[in-house]
Amino acid sequence: MGEITKLTLVNLVSKIKSKEISALDACSDYVNRIVKSKKLNTFVTETLEQAISSAKKIDDNNLKEGILSGAPIAVKDLFCTKNVETTASSKILKGFVPTYESTVTSKLWERGAVLLGKLNCDEFAMGSSNETSAFGNVINPYKVNDENIVPGGSSGGCSAAVAADLTVATVGTDTGGSIRQPAAFTGIVGLKPTYGRCSRWGIVAFASSLDQAGPMTKNVSDCALMLDAISGFDEKDSTSANTKKEEFLKNLNRNIKGLKIGIPKEYIVDDMPKEIQDLWDKGISWMKESGAIIKDISLPHTKYALPTYYIIAPAEASSNLARYDGVRYGFRASGKDLNEMYENTRSLGFGNEVKRRIMIGTYVLSSGYYDAYYLKAQQVRRLIKNDFDLVFKDVDAILTPTAPSSAFKIGEKKDDPISMYLNDVFTVPINLAGLPAISIPAGFDKSGLPLGLQIIGKPFDEQTVLNSAYALEEKIGFKSQVKDWWM
Amino acid sequence: MADNKFDYYLDGKTAKWEVIIGLEVHAQVTSSAKLFSGSSTKFGSDPNSQVSLVDAAMPGMLPVINKFCIEQAVKTGLGLKAKINRFSKFDRKNYFYADLPQGYQISQFKFPIVGEGKIVLDMPYGTKVVGIERLHLEQDAGKSLHDQDPENSFVDLNRSGIALMEIVGKPDLRSPEEVGQYVKKLRSIMRYLNTCDGNMDEGSLRADVNVSVRKQGSQQLGTRCEIKNVNSIKFMQQAIEYEAKRQIDIIEDGGTINQETRLYDTKKNETRSMRSKEDAHDYRYFPDPDLLPLVLDSEFIENIKKTLPELPDEKKLRLMNDFGLSSYDASIIISEKDISDYYEDVAKNSDYKLAANWMIVELFGILNKEGKEIKDSPVSAVNLSKLINLIKNGTISGKIAKTVFEQMVQKNENPEVIIEKSGLKQQSDPKELEIIIDNIIKKNQDKVIEYKSGKIKLFSFFVGQAMKDTAGKGNPQLINNILSKKLK
Repeated sequence: MGEITKLTLVNLVSKIKSKEISALDACSDYVNRIVKSKKLNTFVTETLEQAISSAKKIDDNNLKEGILSGAPIAVKDLFCTKNVETTASSKILKGFVPTYESTVTSKLWERGAVLLGKLNCDEFAMGSSNETSAFGNVINPYKVNDENIVPGGSSGGCSAAVAADLTVATVGTDTGGSIRQPAAFTGIVGLKPTYGRCSRWGIVAFASSLDQAGPMTKNVSDCALMLDAISGFDEKDSTSANTKKEEFLKNLNRNIKGLKIGIPKEYIVDDMPKEIQDLWDKGISWMKESGAIIKDISLPHTKYALPTYYIIAPAEASSNLARYDGVRYGFRASGKDLNEMYENTRSLGFGNEVKRRIMIGTYVLSSGYYDAYYLKAQQVRRLIKNDFDLVFKDVDAILTPTAPSSAFKIGEKKDDPISMYLNDVFTVPINLAGLPAISIPAGFDKSGLPLGLQIIGKPFDEQTVLNSAYALEEKIGFKSQVKDWWM
Repeated sequence: MADNKFDYYLDGKTAKWEVIIGLEVHAQVTSSAKLFSGSSTKFGSDPNSQVSLVDAAMPGMLPVINKFCIEQAVKTGLGLKAKINRFSKFDRKNYFYADLPQGYQISQFKFPIVGEGKIVLDMPYGTKVVGIERLHLEQDAGKSLHDQDPENSFVDLNRSGIALMEIVGKPDLRSPEEVGQYVKKLRSIMRYLNTCDGNMDEGSLRADVNVSVRKQGSQQLGTRCEIKNVNSIKFMQQAIEYEAKRQIDIIEDGGTINQETRLYDTKKNETRSMRSKEDAHDYRYFPDPDLLPLVLDSEFIENIKKTLPELPDEKKLRLMNDFGLSSYDASIIISEKDISDYYEDVAKNSDYKLAANWMIVELFGILNKEGKEIKDSPVSAVNLSKLINLIKNGTISGKIAKTVFEQMVQKNENPEVIIEKSGLKQQSDPKELEIIIDNIIKKNQDKVIEYKSGKIKLFSFFVGQAMKDTAGKGNPQLINNILSKKLK
């Protein structure tokens, strides 16, 4: 007991398949930990009893075929789950129980995984610290001087749950860094796949042209396995890509000899802590040691990425969130007429950050402002994409830090949205360009908080991204420093 | 027709006024499934029985383009002789309403699927070409029901997501009569193509009517008002007349027209302001990020071209050139697909010209009297063609045929049976007729002498006698021939 939750996904599934561990034992261990870990506030909804009975069913019927057979997995509460409440961590969806299952999560269950529950996140995935959740912030399993630290965001429940061994792996979503930044803040691996690699069907939409689901795991092998499980074309999502099915875990290897790795000079930003620059330099040396060729590159439009993102993402969000109007599902406040009902429902149902973005988005799409903001942002987005297209003629992947800082204290940036937004400076350009990128844990800062490195790849070249990360992971030899202080 | 000149100018206190009209027609695409979901589009089903998760805008649901609706739009575009845009885009038109579940309508704003085309109208004063600005695809909204409950409004989402074609016409129309012809022609083209059933009472075809006025002879366009969502040709015409007069009165009294959206009250026959330009919604159009741009390859368009049926204008030419119909008759026959189908059924087994005459004069007379459409005709095409053949082969005279036709209307009976039963068959045996005529000549020797001495008008007297003696059933052609011979 207790040791099972330390196992990686790959190891756990292989032990369940070989019947060394029963699915029920695995599930029970996770359930026990979850029950004792309420302090971290990682779960919005727990489905522990159903999990136990699903695990039993797997053992009783010897359902050991799936590549995730018996893996107990909790998912971000942005994925619609059939008959399980789905809130996007918003009051406006409180009580909403979908009658359908998202494509990505249905792939998990089809492959033998067992649902533990729904993980906390920033409201509608809008945030970088998990503090915008209507159900309270998640607490990072890493702690500094007894002070609570944010787990990153928006997939902060996911990152904390993986780091605290409350789920063997998970799926998050990444619109501007929401998988990679929390992964970096909690010492785990997080991959944002190429836009179109995983279906968006059944995921509560934030910004449709940027949203992408992806794995968050204990290590790179687990990440490859999870990507095998959740990726693939879906005719229900017009933006999903009809590419051939790949086998990422099977093709995972550390041979990156001769691989050309680009180092973009624009990612050296003012005020970046020295330890992050040092870590990046270390990353470069590890890459070299593994036989990769390092090349200095330039992505000249990088500085426009953040403002571009904060026009496009809110614009799409303002429209995507219009459906939460109190008419058909979720929260409804009363009003004397239809308009007042809308106003009351949306005023009380949405939190401040969501309202802020809806207002920004409404503004930039308004007639008279559209050309200056939205259209211009789309044009700049194209330039940012062109930057990457150009450098990918010379390099196979790009290495950068994941975030310009380590995790910060809860409340530290809550009232300073700009400083909060700046946390996404290294992750946002990748979403704008639709590229795959991984964050892997690469070390600790002086206060003991984990730091991540990001590897960015060509469109649909997740294999190179994973292989580079796999090679680097071995060199880094990262060891989790999570002490179970909350138990 | 040369003396028929266009003369729809309205008299004001100071001048004669010309009315400028442009239509935005919303035509429901004939398709069993909705534009972005697989839900059924059947009319008249129980409320909210044809609503998918996508139509109800549940969280995480995504639209997927229904390829058939795209084909239908392209087909319609080809029927309007319009440019098909190989690249088009779907945009979101954002506004809040209870029957708009997404909070936006998916439409095409900047890049419509079909560009400029035209419709040709046959007016009494000649042919008129009306320009089409564009055709784009969009989703319909649901329906709010305000009269079901004293406290609440109900929403029926069956219509939500149904594919509509918005066909934007240029402001080329100048009278209510032209508007009527325009809508009928557009509807007819779409019915020929089977891309819109055009049933206005089911809401499959409705229009926003843009009206402005200017002094006769002026070249400048006046400020227009848009009358929203009018669902019958008669109402469109009444609304235009009212609206034009309203605008003329305002201008002549020294006022100016405010650009605004108006509603037509069918009960009071007046238009009322709905919202002014200042209150107009800001729809915040932007490309729908859930859908990729729509790119059509030339093969796709060519394949649709190959399936195009003969359209009214081409059919009219064929009826005139090959069947020898007059332009007037041909116009009537092609005006509706149902009429032209009926005509083809009658004509293929009888006589082209007689078929047209009988339909236009006799059949339409009855249909008009009974307020019926051709599809509810009491006389089937088969029976009408039989009747025409009976006239053609001399079994009955045209006059008797009318009597027979009246009986056919009563119970759609085979004319051959009617003739047999009522003994209406034409007397066409020359020998029998000769005996009757010899008898008449014998009895009227004085008239024969008068005739032969030059009073040739008496010929009709003999014909009349012959008809009388045959109880009206004598074959007039034969009687004529025999009489001419005998009286020589």
